[in-house]
Amino acid sequence: MEKTYNFKEVMSKEERLAPGHRMCAGCGGTVTVRAVLRALRPEDRAVVGNATGCLEVSSFMYPFTAYEDSYIHNAFENAGATLSGVETAYRVLKKKGKIDDTFKFITFGGDGGTYDIGFQSLSGAMERGHDMVYVCYDNGAYMNTGTQRSSATPQYADTTTTPAGKVSDGKVQVRKDLTAIMAQHHIPYAAQTTFTSNFKDLHTKAERAIYTPGAAFLNVMSPCPRGWGYDPSELMTICKLAVDTCYWPLYEVIDGKWVLNYVPKKKLPIEDFLRPQKRFKHLFKPDKEELLAQFQTEVDRQWEALRRRCEL
Amino acid sequence: MAIRERLSGNEAVAYAIKQINPDVMPAFPITPSTEIPQYVANYIANGDIDTEFIHVESEHSAMSATLGASAAGARALTATSSCGMALMWEELYVAASDRLPIVLALVNRALTGPININADHSDSMGARDSGWIQIYAESNQEVYDNFLQAFPIAEDPRVHLPVMICQDGFITSHGVENILLVEDEKVKDLVGEYHPEHFLLNSKEPIAVGPYAVSNYYMETKRGQREAMINAKEVILELAAKFEEMTGRHYGFFEEYAMEDAEYVIVIIGSAAGTCKAAVDKIRQTAGKKVGLCKIRVFRPFPEEELAQALKDRKAIAVLDRSEMFSATGGPLGAEVRAALYGAKSQAETVNYLYGLGGRDITVEDFEKVYGRLEEIARTHEIPDMYEYIGLRSR
Amino acid sequence: MKSTEINEKSPWQDITEGNKIFEPATSRHFCTGEWRTSTPVFDEEKCKQCLLCFPVCPDSSIPVKDGKRDDFDYDHCKGCGICAKVCPFGAITMKEGK
Repeated sequence: MEKTYNFKEVMSKEERLAPGHRMCAGCGGTVTVRAVLRALRPEDRAVVGNATGCLEVSSFMYPFTAYEDSYIHNAFENAGATLSGVETAYRVLKKKGKIDDTFKFITFGGDGGTYDIGFQSLSGAMERGHDMVYVCYDNGAYMNTGTQRSSATPQYADTTTTPAGKVSDGKVQVRKDLTAIMAQHHIPYAAQTTFTSNFKDLHTKAERAIYTPGAAFLNVMSPCPRGWGYDPSELMTICKLAVDTCYWPLYEVIDGKWVLNYVPKKKLPIEDFLRPQKRFKHLFKPDKEELLAQFQTEVDRQWEALRRRCEL
Repeated sequence: MAIRERLSGNEAVAYAIKQINPDVMPAFPITPSTEIPQYVANYIANGDIDTEFIHVESEHSAMSATLGASAAGARALTATSSCGMALMWEELYVAASDRLPIVLALVNRALTGPININADHSDSMGARDSGWIQIYAESNQEVYDNFLQAFPIAEDPRVHLPVMICQDGFITSHGVENILLVEDEKVKDLVGEYHPEHFLLNSKEPIAVGPYAVSNYYMETKRGQREAMINAKEVILELAAKFEEMTGRHYGFFEEYAMEDAEYVIVIIGSAAGTCKAAVDKIRQTAGKKVGLCKIRVFRPFPEEELAQALKDRKAIAVLDRSEMFSATGGPLGAEVRAALYGAKSQAETVNYLYGLGGRDITVEDFEKVYGRLEEIARTHEIPDMYEYIGLRSR
Repeated sequence: MKSTEINEKSPWQDITEGNKIFEPATSRHFCTGEWRTSTPVFDEEKCKQCLLCFPVCPDSSIPVKDGKRDDFDYDHCKGCGICAKVCPFGAITMKEGK
């Protein structure tokens, strides 16, 4: 479907997210937005949707919009439904001959707005099969309100509502596997990705998601230096460690077929991903080896399950 | 020639939707408004209209998708009742603040606690501060006529506000009555083609909708909404005049019934006005007492001056509310009418009664009692029961 | 009303209807460069134009034209330093301050 990935050519495409937004220095969220919008064909217009969250309050703070395309924010829990209304309007206005340009529909939500409060609205939009892409920029907590736990928060993470303390080791539960849940909606395309040095994985998936007719879901791990507690300049190192420890596997589900896009030559221990992040600091205190071992077991279990799925 | 039909209120609204042929209708089933999307789905299934239906998974998503469609440049609407509207609450405010000309067919039903499916106004009265225009109906004819006027009011550049067309659950929504339908061409003339000035799908002008607005902008934004609501008054009357010219049926902010010389007046909203009219006729015929009725059609914007003018020199007034607001002093209509009368320095004795909650019947005899009490209050200038439920069992 | 004419002193009559903005990318008028506590310095000599720095910038502050990057957009660069870390050729160094 898409051409061979030509890095230089892709990077020379017109920028669709303007600077001047108020996201924190080093934010992974806008790196995601730029990369996804870059996959649009230059001749196509887009309507960008957005759930309430860091991205929304920072990228459209009246009267400053950071978008080259039309943009709509409605509320926290309804990015899926809102864009499904826009997409339906597009179909009917085209049918009635009132517009003739090609528009694509992409909506962004953080993990809070996607895994939790916006879950129903997202599920509805995917089930109905609107020709749209829902992109979750997953940073694993409610960062906009100050790092509260979401169902995307990894186990044992220290957040402001699951603080590690004398009798607490941080978040109790493991993450919800949203990408798999979305794939089970029998949508034509669902994928999980993050930033790799040449951005091929993310770009290719965004392009597929946008240009596959029907509903598509992209889950993009988008690190948050503030919430995770690492130096902002280390964004790409953190992403690489997430992928090489198999904490965040890169895969896609195309028409129900599960495809693993990357298998690390040497699978690194999960400690390598956890150690640079302050939110896991308490796991490296004496007597916590058991928790680390348990974390590793869970990563291994999920990784093996994914591999089995992808072999079928 | 107008078409004579026998339709329920829900059928009448659905028929109006068919005549308007809007672009997008997201909706979710809830009693007693469910029939409206059902009828529309049938029209679509049979190719009568080319509206796109969105089978949303909740009322919150219904209003969210309606809002998205409207911002995109489509003529969009939805229908709901009661808890469905409560679930939309947040979105009602967003739609009004975004200044989107959405229309909502509301079939009034009591809010849950306990669950109850019958008529009262707790749903729409709770949304009275959301920035929507609210127009109420006594009969199937009125809800049909109101619905035809809704989009032109909402879409007028002086207004650009969402409009809620309300009718009483089951009483009019399911009650079949004779109705006069307007011819299709006349409806098209009245409603017109929708050409939004700014919309998401205009490739020549990308727009951004729904910002984060800090306190330096929020208050100015609200003032803009208020201006639109003020403008809505003249637009509503212009539409009513146009409609009257077309059909001969007269509409205003409220209907005055036997009010020329009335000394004792009931102010009410919705279908119970029909029962009240019967009481007025009976009392005037049998006792010759000067009783009258003022039926509110437009509750938002609130026609404060006009209403005060119509009421201020009467002897005694009973404002009847079909929803509680638990201020422990009365209902929402009572509060606003009394405020209007205070502003007009009215000397009329005024009471506020609650009736019909959760579908409780109100009868001609109940209204007769209210008029009797008004007479008593005017004579004694004593108000023993300022805030009372009509038809309540009590020990 | 153009977005550049709207500011925190605008009267209510000048606030756009529904707070909609009828132009794209107006955030360019807001300078986030002020936020910097450290600044990337671009060494054109050392740069091999590999462009690996371009997609990692959260602030679209590395202008690329015809496959080649230019100096930083200091009006908007927040100085996060991601670009300096990914440069394989040492063409970007971070210096303290603005």
